[in-house]
Amino acid sequence: MASAQTAGGTTHKLDTRGLLCPLPVIRTQDRIRGLAAGELLEVVASDPGTLHDIPAWCRVHGHELLHAQGRGDEYRFRIAVIRDRDETG
Amino acid sequence: MTIEDKAMPRRPRAAALISGGLDSMLAAKVVLDQGVDVEGVNFFTGFCVEGHTHAIRKRRHTRHKRNNALWVAEQLGIKLHIVDVIEEYKDIVLNPRHGYGANLNPCLDCKIFMVGKALQADVIADGGFDFVVTGEVVGQRPKSQRADTMPIVARESGAGDRLLRPLCARNLPPTLPEREGWVDRAKLYGFHGRDRKPQLALARTLGFTDYAQPAGGCCFLTDAKYSGKLADLWAARGERDYELDDIMLLKVGRHIRPAANYKLIVAREEGENNFLAGYRRSFPHLRVVSHEGPLTLIDGVPDADDVVLAARIAARYSQGRDAAQVIVRLDPATDSRSSAAALCGREIAVAPLPAMQLDPAWHIGA
Repeated sequence: MASAQTAGGTTHKLDTRGLLCPLPVIRTQDRIRGLAAGELLEVVASDPGTLHDIPAWCRVHGHELLHAQGRGDEYRFRIAVIRDRDETG
Repeated sequence: MTIEDKAMPRRPRAAALISGGLDSMLAAKVVLDQGVDVEGVNFFTGFCVEGHTHAIRKRRHTRHKRNNALWVAEQLGIKLHIVDVIEEYKDIVLNPRHGYGANLNPCLDCKIFMVGKALQADVIADGGFDFVVTGEVVGQRPKSQRADTMPIVARESGAGDRLLRPLCARNLPPTLPEREGWVDRAKLYGFHGRDRKPQLALARTLGFTDYAQPAGGCCFLTDAKYSGKLADLWAARGERDYELDDIMLLKVGRHIRPAANYKLIVAREEGENNFLAGYRRSFPHLRVVSHEGPLTLIDGVPDADDVVLAARIAARYSQGRDAAQVIVRLDPATDSRSSAAALCGREIAVAPLPAMQLDPAWHIGA
């Protein structure tokens, strides 16, 4: 059963500006691998492809996408880390 | 004997190599439907067609572009681990033990690398995987998917009989997952050859109506034009090596080498213009200012005459191609070590180069 520890967790930041897909997704994935359930990751990107790929990656891995917004040439995401059991994705 | 009977308190776990195409999707689905815990693995080498589609597309393009590997994972309901292997992969490209295919595609070494990498527990997921699943089909590819080369992949990857090819397994000796009863060999397939009809029929049976079928495969190295540009890069630099930016730029624009000491990268459309704009700090660049026109990067060390010719070529691809004269601005790279930097930061008036004076041999990879 997925944890719902999404409130009050530590917020981490990841800047992927200048990277092209799928590298922003890979960096997000690798960073989240080291985070605990309930912690938050804020990602900023410059590749418009992230608007599709980061939400898709969150859905595939069961993490909660709290916010996704594109403004100008920047795309921002806020992700709550969800852990089922001992998985690492 | 099942994996639970052997006191392993979990279902067997398989890493499925997911390219985003149909075959790997089918292979993963066949194993998933047998109760195996499947997770997808996708390797980003830098040469992936998938990665480049998002990066270089037109920003105002209305058609939805997706990462097909992620899309496949969603359809299957499995996780997908996308792994950055750019640095490690250089050795595969530069020193393939089994040589290249028709172009600079080291397909056999590539498959060996990816299968072996998928089994490395620390790379993908805790605990690792019991076996690897690929969408390979005997006889489908001239290099890596032949009856005589497929055993090489199993052996040299280290996977041995932990490599399962569900689409053609019945043409091959039983593997560990089959012998252990983790998968039922009777429910695997015996596809062979280049005929795609069996895969298309299986897709219909499994309910897949939407899937990617990239005409040129999933790797730019299988493309003759791309390989030609990579070979040119190595020849121009006098060494066989590359960085990620090098191989990304080879995917974009017209590459024109009027002389050995420099080449031009001319954007072909808005998306490429945007992409190349990100490299203005690294390369001297040309922009036609009197007319609409593409951004042109200069890679190399052109002299003053070369710069004039470069400007004429840039003008030839602008809306002013039929004008008697166009104004071209030359700007330096911020960190340029090129002698062209001395010529930068100015505008020059040039006559666009007539098409008949643009030597076809200048087009790299054409």
